[in-house]
Amino acid sequence: MAVADPANEAVAIRNLRIDLVSSGEDIVDQIVLDVRAGEVMGLVGESGSGKTTVGMALLGYTRPGGKVVGGDVVIDGRSLNALREGDLRRLRGGTVSYIPQDPGTALNPALRIGRQLSEMLEAHSPGMSEKEREARVREACEEVALPPPGVDIEEFLARYTHQLSGGQQQRVAIAMAFANRPHVIVCDEPTTGLDVTTQARVLATIRELCQVHGVAALYVSHDLAVVADLADHVAVMYAGRIVERGPRDAIFSHPRHPYTRRLLRAVPDLQGKRAVVGIPGRAPLPGHRPTGCFFTPRCELAIDRCSEEFPSPTAFEDGTHLVCCYRADEAPRQIAVVENGSPAAPAGDVVLAVSHVDASYGSHQILHDVDFEVRRNQVVALVGESGSGKTTTARCVAGLHRQYTGAISLDGAKLPEAARRRSAEARKRIQYVFQNPYSSLNPRRTIGQTIARQLHLFPPPGGSTRANIGAKVGECLERVALSADAASRYPDQLSGGERQRVAIARALAAEPALLVCDEITSALDVSVQAAIVELLRELREKTGLSMLFITHNLALIRTIADKVIVMTEGKIVEAGDTIDVFTQPKAEYTQRLLANTPTVEAALSH
Amino acid sequence: MSVEAVATDEAAQLVGAPSIRSRQWLVLLKATLRQTRGKIGLTLTTVIVGFALLGPLFAPHNPNAFVAVPNLAPGGHLLFGADALGRDVWSRFLHGGWTVLSMSLAATLIGVGLGLVVGLSAAYLGGWADEVLMRIADVFMAFPQIVLALLLVTAFGPKVYLIILCVGISHAPRVARVIRGAAQQVVERDFIKAAEAVGEPRRRVIFGELLPNVISPLLVEFGLRLTYSIGLIAGINFLGLGLQPPQADWGLMIQENRLSLTVQPMGVLLPIIAIALLTIGTNLLTDAFARAAIGIDRGGD
Amino acid sequence: MTRFLIRRILLGILILLLVSIVVFAATQGLPGNAARAILGRQATPARLAALTKQLHLNESAPAQYWHWLSGIVRGHLGTSAATQGSVSSLISAPLANSAFLVFISAIIAVPLSISLGVLMAVKRDKLTDHGLSTGTLLLAALPEFVIGIGLALLLATAYVWRALPSVSIIPPGEHAWDVPKVVVLPALTLILAVTPYISRIMRASMVEVLHSDYVTMARLKGLPNRTVIWRHAVPNAIVPAIQVSALQLAYMAGGIVVVEYVFSYNGIGTQLVNAVTNRDVPTVQALVMIIGAVYVLVNLLADLLTIVVTPRLRTAGR
Repeated sequence: MAVADPANEAVAIRNLRIDLVSSGEDIVDQIVLDVRAGEVMGLVGESGSGKTTVGMALLGYTRPGGKVVGGDVVIDGRSLNALREGDLRRLRGGTVSYIPQDPGTALNPALRIGRQLSEMLEAHSPGMSEKEREARVREACEEVALPPPGVDIEEFLARYTHQLSGGQQQRVAIAMAFANRPHVIVCDEPTTGLDVTTQARVLATIRELCQVHGVAALYVSHDLAVVADLADHVAVMYAGRIVERGPRDAIFSHPRHPYTRRLLRAVPDLQGKRAVVGIPGRAPLPGHRPTGCFFTPRCELAIDRCSEEFPSPTAFEDGTHLVCCYRADEAPRQIAVVENGSPAAPAGDVVLAVSHVDASYGSHQILHDVDFEVRRNQVVALVGESGSGKTTTARCVAGLHRQYTGAISLDGAKLPEAARRRSAEARKRIQYVFQNPYSSLNPRRTIGQTIARQLHLFPPPGGSTRANIGAKVGECLERVALSADAASRYPDQLSGGERQRVAIARALAAEPALLVCDEITSALDVSVQAAIVELLRELREKTGLSMLFITHNLALIRTIADKVIVMTEGKIVEAGDTIDVFTQPKAEYTQRLLANTPTVEAALSH
Repeated sequence: MSVEAVATDEAAQLVGAPSIRSRQWLVLLKATLRQTRGKIGLTLTTVIVGFALLGPLFAPHNPNAFVAVPNLAPGGHLLFGADALGRDVWSRFLHGGWTVLSMSLAATLIGVGLGLVVGLSAAYLGGWADEVLMRIADVFMAFPQIVLALLLVTAFGPKVYLIILCVGISHAPRVARVIRGAAQQVVERDFIKAAEAVGEPRRRVIFGELLPNVISPLLVEFGLRLTYSIGLIAGINFLGLGLQPPQADWGLMIQENRLSLTVQPMGVLLPIIAIALLTIGTNLLTDAFARAAIGIDRGGD
Repeated sequence: MTRFLIRRILLGILILLLVSIVVFAATQGLPGNAARAILGRQATPARLAALTKQLHLNESAPAQYWHWLSGIVRGHLGTSAATQGSVSSLISAPLANSAFLVFISAIIAVPLSISLGVLMAVKRDKLTDHGLSTGTLLLAALPEFVIGIGLALLLATAYVWRALPSVSIIPPGEHAWDVPKVVVLPALTLILAVTPYISRIMRASMVEVLHSDYVTMARLKGLPNRTVIWRHAVPNAIVPAIQVSALQLAYMAGGIVVVEYVFSYNGIGTQLVNAVTNRDVPTVQALVMIIGAVYVLVNLLADLLTIVVTPRLRTAGR
């Protein structure tokens, strides 16, 4: 099949606008984007920015409730507006393919893998014989290194989705996308749910196939490091608009839009040289967007003009770098990188000691001889991929997982296994913050009620009188930088970041000695994650709180932890001071983990 | 301690604004009645309940008095004619709704209350307690509701309290399953684990944390069960195995007059239409509420 | 999977056993003189004595239960207290009539309601969906005797159209399938009673599946619409419909009580009402046990079917 002329755009989006049918408010507007054959365009944005909406528009598809009301998408010189339903159907999966975010839910659970691959060919190459189709399916599998060694292809194709690993599922989705030799591929955060090691392999496969087949790819992602690693060009979306676009190096090395600059500052730095700084506030949703530039309310450079009219793109450098900002000239000078602050105060006595813990679920052993301690004024990070046992360890510490042997001691005294059996004092001194703030707050209670209940269980100085608790609730919210009037709100009236602050405020209300943070930023956008990390650092400096910080995100650890414990398959493989582990990793597993973690800095250096 | 007492949160009066909580209910109520089906449902239910409650005050004759020849045609001195025994159909109709309504309501309260406690306990306790409770529910589910009622009538004879109890008990396992399903989704959420980690007593977790989150499915279930109760109670009376003559009751009226359907249909038609409108009314209202609750829960996310 | 099957069958037997205890306890295991409760105050001492002997009432409750259960397991359903004939001969013809009625109703209602459910989901929020949704909602509210009498008024009286007999008399010695005309109204009533439930569940399940990532993916693969619906969506949406169909089939076993009574159809429902009215305890016990067994069996079949259509469950043992 002929490769498209590289001089021509394979994809041209012209002033696209997609509205919510119900309210007529725009989800995305003024979208202009070109992708050339053989090129990867990275489309970056936080949740709700409209990046997936733009991605799906390339297939002539809008999710239910949305409708294209303006502009056009041109693929290989053909306008999608002019296509009828039958032609659109032939376009989807034929000329333009889609790689989904979560293949675990995007592959059909009721159909065999082989069937799902071959129907892609049936729909688009009706002339193909059964034999040819079979051969083509095998070829498509080979391209993505399937089946795994030792598995027969026939047997592999007869499997169902649930019988594959996450990485294999994503490979099947990629094979499916490339089966009809498309000219354009839309990748919708295809590595989000995968561990770094698997992610690295999947990204390599996508990159290779795009190069080999001269495909124009749109890579939609919230992960700046992955995009820096993969893309030739990058467009940054904020609240339904593209605010900045240009060649990769221009965007990452000389960003000009205040949002892009702040976003890059929020990305944790694996080298630990710069501080992580969040963006205050939240992105406005459709229908709540201000006039003028949508970033104005959160922008430190905003001037009067910014809230009057949305700035049209200005060209920089050789004309390929376009920025929608009135102050794009000054932004690089005004919003600079912040150097990392001074190291924290020295650690004190041992607060928590976990010694020789073996834990199991039923007959299945999860933890093997886990042994570590946390000292006063110390942040210990527990890092590992999914299934490493890090969350089980945290749950044992909090008394939420009872089936373990060995000892967990607080201030030198051994704790009973179950939280209910522990003394009120022990429960007060260890507080747990959960991963998902959408699930850890009771939706039927106001924020004030939730925190007041905690204060009732663990009365503050001054006793649990009505007035005292009322005052303390306000104090608790202030401590996490929320205004006191948040007390009368319900969780669903708050953003994800605000909810996580409430969860932290609830934990702090008990005046704990140890805070167990279980992946507390993994459900949040990177700008919000940075703000939470800032908060934790501040709290620790002010109060000398100890923390057990559970995460899969290595770069985040560098920003916050004094000590690192690396876990895999329920065992500790490496433990030590953060700087030592990051600069001279001893365990082979840690080395591999570090090598596979994509970072913006590393991507730009090669 | 009663369910309400446990569920009432001392913290609620301390901070936060209780007015917002009640406003949530107002929003839900408004969203229910904004829908056409909600309006129709409420109107039908109100009209029929009005007939049942106030009817006896307006009945022109004693419902048990023989005032005309059997199967007297409508019109004449009796608006809807006479029944198979020569009693005034209209008066019997006006007197006959109260029994259906009160028995159904009582049975529904018993069934939903019992089902709620079993469902919440099974979901929260899990493990063998869940297994045992659900197997017991299975056993009672093996009897179609009307058959369970007939079984007990065989042993004890047609007694009113027994019919109510029977219908209530036959609802309980079905309600328990629904509530258990709804509560299981809540139990998996982290705020329940958070409550356990700080040592909240079990009863408090069940009634303070879990219950407020299943109120919407509980009310939907109440509406559905009320609809079914009306059908079941009227059905049992229709079979002649519940209330006994000469009681004026809609179910019994159908039973008494169905053989003269072709001669004087009013004795059957009036109660049939009333029962149909009442069950349609409660069902429409329930459906409108369920839609409103889903809409509000979704909008909040 | 074999292990699951054995476990499931054993569970079914356990439930049936517990059902038998409930049936027994409710009818004759209660304190007090069951014979007098059954026969009433005017019973002659001779009748009382006969019944006491027949039901082994002079023995302990577990012994009575054992006599009764072992009899049932061996197919001896006892002697009818009303006719003094054997229960088996009393209920065999009605049982066949009822089975025929339920079979006819189910074989029409299940495919019909599944198709309606798919149709509503595919035409979601269009006129077809609104019409059918409202119709099924109204129908779901109506008790079956209201539907039955309503149908009789419309189709079996001179008021509208006298197309069918208003009572379903089956001549002695004949079965329901010999006089198909009498089956129409009772079957139609049952179909109208269960269709709303199955179709509404199918609609809800289908709407959810149509919103799933894999259906979106199937559309983005450019598959024809009917492939998306019938190959990708329906097989994933059918399980709740199978489960609720089983419940509705079991429910039909109860629904026939009222429906048969409305149309005087000679089935186990009419027999049950008669037996309850006559306080014919052995007959009631036998009929309720049969209905319980139908429930357990139908649910077992539904679970099997669920496993067959769900690859995740089917391949679990591998």
